[in-house]
Amino acid sequence: MKVKDICEKLDLSVVAGETALENEISTVYVGDLLSWVMAHAKASSIWITIQSHVNIVAVASLLNLSCIIVAEGAKVDEETVEKANNEEIPILTTNKDAYCLIKELIHLGIE
Amino acid sequence: MKLNFEVDGDDFLLAGEASSQVKKVLKQLGVASDIIRRIAIAMYEAEINMVLHANGGMVDVDISPEKIYIVFQDTGPGIEDIELAMQEGYSTASDKIRELGFGAGMGLPNMKRYSDDLKITSELGKGTKVEIIVYLNREGD
Ligand SMILES: Nc1ncnc2c1ncn2[C@@H]1O[C@H](COP(=O)(O)OP(=O)(O)OP(=O)(O)O)[C@@H](O)[C@H]1O
Ligand SMILES: [Mg+2]
Repeated sequence: MKVKDICEKLDLSVVAGETALENEISTVYVGDLLSWVMAHAKASSIWITIQSHVNIVAVASLLNLSCIIVAEGAKVDEETVEKANNEEIPILTTNKDAYCLIKELIHLGIE
Repeated sequence: MKLNFEVDGDDFLLAGEASSQVKKVLKQLGVASDIIRRIAIAMYEAEINMVLHANGGMVDVDISPEKIYIVFQDTGPGIEDIELAMQEGYSTASDKIRELGFGAGMGLPNMKRYSDDLKITSELGKGTKVEIIVYLNREGD
């Protein structure tokens, strides 16, 4: 499954990183504490968080995550968008919360 | 190969820049991706600590065929009790920083876990030096 597939199926808005929507997805990681994410998120994961400042891009990029879903309507800063475009990290936004997103992702067969 | 970076203590935006550059170089050198990942994690944590706790500093990277040796030197407040700082969950981060998702007290434990050797020397009021070694060709890769 690719990032563009989940955008469509989960009705997510792409706010950055359009050039990388072909990224393959392995699994999902949820978390808002950056050093916790650093330690545990696996490569190619979808990362669901409510953090939206620019450092999420560095984390995702260093870990080769497939995309970031910023949940619960958290606003994404302009710097974050710009950096994510440069680093080619898709940022997807939604009003849904992590639990809802995960239910839908499991339904799509992502373990 | 030697690389140097200055980490700006005021510029939150650029935090992670040194880690990101080194990651690119290692990729070009053909280093295994799991080793690059460990280096990226350890470096990012050290870099972000310099920004959050020490107002920036210098990073010196020395890459040889055998290993990568990275030195982070800052002139910040220093760490009073290094053993305590190394404990998971220990953090002096302000509420403002915590709201941004930092301050879990996991940075130093991550550096230890993902490096082959970690050495921290610090003097109160003078600064902190963090040295990280990761071997580039461990058996099994
Ligand atoms: N370069 C430094 N200069 C001064 N103090 C430091 C430095 N690096 C770490 N510390 C001290 O050690 C504590 C623990 O660091 P650690 O990286 O483990 O956690 P943190 O940075 O507070 O949170 P996290 O890394 O999980 O976001 C810090 O809260 C800080 O008090
Ligand atoms: Mg830290």
